[in-house]
Amino acid sequence: MSAKAASTKRVGLEVSIAVSHAVALARAEAIAAYPITPQTHIVEHLSSMVANGELEAEFVNVESEHSAISACIGMSATGARTYTATSSQGLALMHEILFIASAMRFPIVMTVANRALSGPLSIWNDHSDIMAARDIGWIQLFVENGQEAFDHTIMAFKIAENPEVLLPTIVNLDGFILSHVVEALTLLDQDTVDRFLPPYVPRHQLDPKHPVTMGAFAMPEIYTEVKMNHQVTLTNSYAVILKVWEEWGRLTGRHYQPVERYRTEDAKVLILIMGSLSEVAEIAVDEMRAAGMPVGLLTLRLWRPFPFEALREAVDGAELLIVCDRALSPGGPGGPVMSEVRSALYPLPQRPQILGYIVGLGGRDVPPEAFKDIVAQALKEVEQGPSREFTLYGVRG
Amino acid sequence: MKPLEQITWQEIELGGLLREPGSARAYRTGDWRSQHPVWTKSRCIRCGVCWTVCPEPAIVEEPGGYFDMDPNYCKGCGTCARECVTGCITMVPEEE
Amino acid sequence: MEKFGYAESQKYDVYAARLMPREEYFTSGHRSCQGCGEALAVRWVTKAIGKDAVIAHATGCMEIVSSGLPQTAWMHPWIHVAFENTAAVAAGVETGFKILERKGKLQGPRPKVVAMGGDGGTSDIGLQALSGALERGHDFTYVCWDNEAYMNTGIQRSSSTPFGAMTTTSPPGKRSIGQSTWKKDMVAIAVAHGIPYAATASPSYVFDLYFKIKKALETPGPAYVHVLCVCPTGWRSPTDLTVRLGRLAVETGVFPLFEVINGKYQLTVNPHRLRPVRDYLKPQGRFRHLRDPEIDFIQRQVLRRYRDLLSRCGLPEPEIPFPVPEEPAEEGV
Repeated sequence: MSAKAASTKRVGLEVSIAVSHAVALARAEAIAAYPITPQTHIVEHLSSMVANGELEAEFVNVESEHSAISACIGMSATGARTYTATSSQGLALMHEILFIASAMRFPIVMTVANRALSGPLSIWNDHSDIMAARDIGWIQLFVENGQEAFDHTIMAFKIAENPEVLLPTIVNLDGFILSHVVEALTLLDQDTVDRFLPPYVPRHQLDPKHPVTMGAFAMPEIYTEVKMNHQVTLTNSYAVILKVWEEWGRLTGRHYQPVERYRTEDAKVLILIMGSLSEVAEIAVDEMRAAGMPVGLLTLRLWRPFPFEALREAVDGAELLIVCDRALSPGGPGGPVMSEVRSALYPLPQRPQILGYIVGLGGRDVPPEAFKDIVAQALKEVEQGPSREFTLYGVRG
Repeated sequence: MKPLEQITWQEIELGGLLREPGSARAYRTGDWRSQHPVWTKSRCIRCGVCWTVCPEPAIVEEPGGYFDMDPNYCKGCGTCARECVTGCITMVPEEE
Repeated sequence: MEKFGYAESQKYDVYAARLMPREEYFTSGHRSCQGCGEALAVRWVTKAIGKDAVIAHATGCMEIVSSGLPQTAWMHPWIHVAFENTAAVAAGVETGFKILERKGKLQGPRPKVVAMGGDGGTSDIGLQALSGALERGHDFTYVCWDNEAYMNTGIQRSSSTPFGAMTTTSPPGKRSIGQSTWKKDMVAIAVAHGIPYAATASPSYVFDLYFKIKKALETPGPAYVHVLCVCPTGWRSPTDLTVRLGRLAVETGVFPLFEVINGKYQLTVNPHRLRPVRDYLKPQGRFRHLRDPEIDFIQRQVLRRYRDLLSRCGLPEPEIPFPVPEEPAEEGV
């Protein structure tokens, strides 16, 4: 089905296909991608749209993910609207270049279909791939369902290409759980997207009429200043992100927040999670609320820049915050999200007790019962005093 | 151009983009040399081979077609003297 | 272009220097060593490239000496990303221009795209990206600055380091004669991708280099030019012998100058009389430790490969006015 034919009708689409439609509607111009499970359907469909002339773009079948992100830098440097997608090992292979892409301020948009990192090899979903890329200096956000995957892919271009931002942006969606699942969602028509997302106007590009040098090296006297500039730019992008989300809310009626709250009014216990498992956790919260437990759910949507104030406001009044990570930092404090949340809440004069549970590694299923069990375990831990740094939930043995 | 150690983070443009091509000319590599070329004009045939082989480049053409070193950049490698067709270039040590 | 022919004399057509363009695209003030053959090559290649072009450059000597914040020696639009991905970055630049042109967003002609990298960034860590870009047929030129080691990091060996050369990671010793493998044949690898143009070149033959770059840029599709760059610092040779050593490399058959046009080989500088490799090895400190068995081996290999190249070019053997060492009973390659 072509993106042009889509209107505000509700359709059933595989989420990967919906993401490809979003990229096409956003009029991406240059795509360099390498196939890796579970991102493959995205790039396959984009490839076929280009081949059929439905998307006026160049699609380069690069020979590795490292070359994919490198080619994307080259493409973005000419002023073309640039996109790529990857997962897991592919993201890991891009690693050294990811830092450079953001340092050089190229507004590349990338979908990461989150998948566990080897070893052992796993094609199934968790967040270890993106958690290993926390410091790359990109804008990073997580979606919970297919509609969000579609919405945030389009919005990512607008955020990234904002002249005050000009930072590459990652949209994380859970591999297989979202990428390979058919969901009901509403697309937008091309005219609406065109009005929302004007063409990319670069502030820096390779042009023989105005030669510039990109990628000069920095002596110790200047490196810190360049990094500070990047830090401030990324932090200040927060305001632009909120503005773009607000504009989308007025356009579509779908409003997004950096920290989404579900039944958090008068909640004493809060669960915090990222990605598609939040919808499972909502079921558990409903069941627990029906049983009279004051439990609420926070979904962390915006990961970088980290929404410090929004998080601090969201936990106000809670006594226990259970952070559910989808990745493990071996030998460390457990879950990356829990570590960052604890650090963000540390300055508060009054803050909830924070416990970390790691769930769903390597694609292990996490049903609503698991969340209920986690809340029960956490409450017991609080009562008896915490006995461990974190809990790797559901491990046998 | 401001010295490196005075540039503030606010002055960094787009991750260290450099908008002035050829700004390296501000750096005088001529300070490096311990010898420099001297042309004997009477034997110079103005062929331009010395100008061709200078890696900097630090050889300039004078009006009249003869050549001389650019003292700002000549590093004193001696390639011009070695390649000179008539051998009219001599390398002379720098005065202390 | 044809009217200048290719340089065949000992030096080069003497007055032709005056016909070359004066505008410098790689400005003085760069921090290369005295007598740097690579800087000389960059100077002439960038002149041959001309105005309407964009350069993607790998990490290496030429990148470091020319682009320390806040100064740049490049007059071209220039991008450096990392060490091993120049060909991929260039492929991206070429693609970006293609789509912008198709959508009517380019003012003026599509700029030429030139990728540049050292021997390390090309034949070792950069080989994958190069192979991918050549196979995909992007319209770009790749220029390899071959100074035969990882010079910028302190003279460590690469797969382009010649047999027997001393480097810091292939030092001669009780159990080693230096580099123990033969130089990787990058032009053969490029040609194996079926590209329309590949060539070797040297800044000691400036006009040959200049016109090969022009030809490479004008050839639609991928082009590969491998430039031998004498490095006095790494090769332990006097700073004023840079151009001379480059000529000796050609005159001894160690680094023949040829091009491969749609798979057809032709020699562009044909020394009618070869010199013994000793003439080339002697001025270089990096070969000082070699004894007769190694030098004889090098001589035999150089001749064997040179004869192979000549037969592919359909040319007769040149005069060899020195005794060719005999093959011992058994010899590995």
